[in-house]
Amino acid sequence: MIVIILIGIVVVIGLLWAGSYNSLIKHRNWVEESWAQIDVQLKRRYDLIPNLVETVKGYAKHEKETLALVIEKRNTIAEPNASRNERLQEDAELNGLLRQLFALSESYPDLKANQQFLHLQEELSGTENKIAYARQAYNSMVMRYNTKIESFPQNIVASTHSFTRNDMLDIPDEEKEPVQVTF
Amino acid sequence: MFYTQIARNKRNTVFLVCLFIVIVLGIGSAVTYVRAGDYISGAIFAGVIATVYTIFMITTSTNVVMRMNHAREITSSTDQAFLWHTVEGLSIAARIPMPRIYIIDDPSPNAFATGISPKSGAVAVTTGLMNRLNREEIEGVLAHEVAHIRNYDIRLSTIAVALVSAIAILSDIGMRFFIFSGGRNNNNKHPLIMIIALLLVLLAPIIAVVMQLAISRNREYLADASAVELTRNPEALATALERITDTHTPVEEASSSTASLYFADPLKKKAASLFSTHPPADERVRRLRQM
Repeated sequence: MIVIILIGIVVVIGLLWAGSYNSLIKHRNWVEESWAQIDVQLKRRYDLIPNLVETVKGYAKHEKETLALVIEKRNTIAEPNASRNERLQEDAELNGLLRQLFALSESYPDLKANQQFLHLQEELSGTENKIAYARQAYNSMVMRYNTKIESFPQNIVASTHSFTRNDMLDIPDEEKEPVQVTF
Repeated sequence: MFYTQIARNKRNTVFLVCLFIVIVLGIGSAVTYVRAGDYISGAIFAGVIATVYTIFMITTSTNVVMRMNHAREITSSTDQAFLWHTVEGLSIAARIPMPRIYIIDDPSPNAFATGISPKSGAVAVTTGLMNRLNREEIEGVLAHEVAHIRNYDIRLSTIAVALVSAIAILSDIGMRFFIFSGGRNNNNKHPLIMIIALLLVLLAPIIAVVMQLAISRNREYLADASAVELTRNPEALATALERITDTHTPVEEASSSTASLYFADPLKKKAASLFSTHPPADERVRRLRQM
């Protein structure tokens, strides 16, 4: 009788253990998947930039410097070893340069009326918004995952199988500063 | 805080659906009690009817709504780029597949969502909404609709509608039994239970409709709270709601059967009552401003 009860207890604990382990794996994959969503959008922006630069080049010949900066930033961004926060920091800098580029179009009426340019502008700002949405989804997945690995009894399973906390994504530094306007 | 509102709304919905199931089983029970003095077989019978009917409704209702409202589908980001990108972004934040997007040519600003599961989701907006609201407000409204899809609200309301019809059918059968078996064979039945059964058969259809609309109103609050979770911008949704309710022209294509799907009551009925499809707008605005 005692043996049966003991076997029963072991089986129940085993099942609970397996259940928590699987749920931890599921949450960790959700975090990874939501990072992949950000990555897709970053890649998309990366691919759109050469087209934009080509379009602008034809109209704004005197703005070589800004264009060169955009291309340079775009090319350094592909560092595979950089951490997630670093990559987004780089991306935020690129974002600032793109804004300058769009502001530039104000002084070139032909460029401002160009359909291709307008289309690219809408695509790029759409992509920027999607990066923001994807970042938010990532952060809420990280929050759920972190809560999961820290709450009882999953924390026991998490620590034996070395599940570690994930960091949330910070707001890029330049976005925290007040916007500087120069006339 | 929107997290607590989301939790509270989910509890209320579970409670209402349980009540629905109790009514269905109760009315089935009442019918066979009146007929044969047996209250178990009726409950089983009613349960089976309601389940089959609900499954039938769920499998057939997809896409019917869109056709009913004369919507035009948008298939690429070049047509209505802002609308396209916003819906795509919101579905990334809500972690659902991108819903299909439709435009309804109507000057009254409004929007609705449909689809039994996120995979078959679709969002429709009127041209009036796109023209009259600013970008942040449109984003808020779209977030509300995406939230409906993510929360499986359309499935829930389809189930509610199916149960209401099932209750109506059962109540009809029950009434016939009362009329045709009155006076005969009544010796073994308790008169008090007979009166309760009669009341149940008479009142159940009305109670069911009131409950269905209560669920619908509850899900509006939940979708507002989830929309804020997606955009973190309650103020934009609140002003969008005010602007939409300030417009007094009803949506032409909306019928009373699809009214509960819209962002705000498309028929522009004045008084709030037990039979409203939507909660009063000022209460929604008040709750949004509290988040």
